[in-house]
Amino acid sequence: MVDLSFRRRRMQDLRKQPGFDQIAIACMFVLYAPIVVLVVFSFNDNRSVVRWTEFSFRWYAAAFGNDGIRNATLVSFQVAAFATFFSVIFATMAALATTRTPAFRGQTAAYAIINQPLMVPEIVTAVATLSFFAILKRLTGVTGIGYLMVAHTVFCIPFAYMPIRARLEDMNLSLEQAAADLYATPLRVFWRVTLPLLLPGIFAGAMLAFVVSLDDVIITLLVAGPGETTLPIYILGQIRRGITPEINAVSTLLLGLTLIFVTLFFFLGRKRT
Amino acid sequence: MLAPVQDTSNETRLARARRLRDVEERRTRRFLLAPALLVIGIFGLFPLTISMLYSILTPGTYGGVTWKLSGEAYLQFLFERDIFDGSLSLSSTYLQIYGRSIGLALVATIGALILGFPTAYFIASKPREQRNIWLFLITLPFWTNLLIRTYAILLIIRDEGIINLGLMSVGVIETPLNILYTDGAVFIGLIYSYLPFMVLPLYASLEKLDFKLVEAAYDLYANRFQVLRRIIIPMAKPGIVAGCILVFIPGLGAYITPELLGGGKKLMIGNMIALQFGSSRNWPFGSAAALILMVVVMAALLIYVRNAGKQGAHHG
Repeated sequence: MVDLSFRRRRMQDLRKQPGFDQIAIACMFVLYAPIVVLVVFSFNDNRSVVRWTEFSFRWYAAAFGNDGIRNATLVSFQVAAFATFFSVIFATMAALATTRTPAFRGQTAAYAIINQPLMVPEIVTAVATLSFFAILKRLTGVTGIGYLMVAHTVFCIPFAYMPIRARLEDMNLSLEQAAADLYATPLRVFWRVTLPLLLPGIFAGAMLAFVVSLDDVIITLLVAGPGETTLPIYILGQIRRGITPEINAVSTLLLGLTLIFVTLFFFLGRKRT
Repeated sequence: MLAPVQDTSNETRLARARRLRDVEERRTRRFLLAPALLVIGIFGLFPLTISMLYSILTPGTYGGVTWKLSGEAYLQFLFERDIFDGSLSLSSTYLQIYGRSIGLALVATIGALILGFPTAYFIASKPREQRNIWLFLITLPFWTNLLIRTYAILLIIRDEGIINLGLMSVGVIETPLNILYTDGAVFIGLIYSYLPFMVLPLYASLEKLDFKLVEAAYDLYANRFQVLRRIIIPMAKPGIVAGCILVFIPGLGAYITPELLGGGKKLMIGNMIALQFGSSRNWPFGSAAALILMVVVMAALLIYVRNAGKQGAHHG
């Protein structure tokens, strides 16, 4: 035991590089410090975002009483819910088709298409989608929030796909084969065996899709029509107009929401050991 | 003579069963893949061809396009058309924006590498149980809203921000440092936004590092710097390439960072493109600019894929 711990300490020491620990700790600090400052000053009883006076929920009350923020939140949730629902279904189906199967023709192409939204810069996707929708609107005369919802669904699919596929790859086929041996129909096998086992992956995918949709700025900024302002777009507009602690309050709420979802994702998506 | 006939018919029956199963499998797969591929194909890939089309049309007066072929959008990158006599003269305005963007993205990538490498190494050299927590801490900001993180940076580096007020109250400076709305601010913002993209692939490479090699190098009287330069960095090379590309690509197409921290005066490609679809009302030029950006990014991705392929081959 003594020997082992000694050896371990020696290894630890060998691994050290001068200055690396300090830089790493500084990086961690710098990553979080600005966010902490933002959150702290959302509770400031003052118009200033830098001089602390007293703790208060004043700016949260202002945010909750603000119609613009309420509407934007509603739009954000509608779009994110729609995009999450459909992207998760499509991603689950695609994951079932692309994992645990012998290589098939067009597999690489399928991967490439599913990951396409991640490879093209967001601003390019945004203007291309805007151009396409402009033509569609002209041809069909249909307008509305549906366009924004579809645009979000597209880029949510790869994010939902990743954890679902990872989960599927960790599941071996023996349980499904056992069920099939006991004369379960393929559909029954799916509902009673595959789906319950896959659920954590599906939830993790849904969390990611929801967060990614909720946070999107660029595509929404270009594609959204009048009256389809999402929360990030509202915040962007406010920042352009001038900084108020109310922005801090809304931002903190959005951050908190993301934090909850991502933490859930982290624990759901973790491999069982 | 009967037996062989029976054999072949058995075989064909088996073959037919297998073929039927294959057909069914293919049908199921097609059904499962169809929705995802169709949605992305129609609403993700197809619009890119619309952009290609738009880039060779004429801008409409109130935005959009008029259906008249024109190469003007691509000419505009290099030339400026005189408003009065329509003559072309060489102009580097847009090339400069591309140059600036590439320069800023490159410098930010190098900055992120210098900060990200020690951070990834630090995590990789932690005991296994602790690594997940550190990784979680690194990835968490990545999932939080980019806009909000940029706003947080803005709050800090403003003239009346915490940094300036702090330095002034201590007496280091008398007038606030002008950071916001400079290239420096965009640089800080880009590093801050994309540092996790650098750390994660670096960590993936460094995690596999066999510290026995490090130990062996020390046994052969290498000093710490030699170990770093001759052992650790070469072993982490795939991660370095991947991290650099993952930071460079979004940095190049950044919109929010230059918009908020550059104050709209320090344009990058992303803002320039968005502007064409907004107040500049030149959709063809915006489309052409977007396509050129995409080509640059695709080239970078190709290097990444090649590199990843080599890495895969290397590890068997």
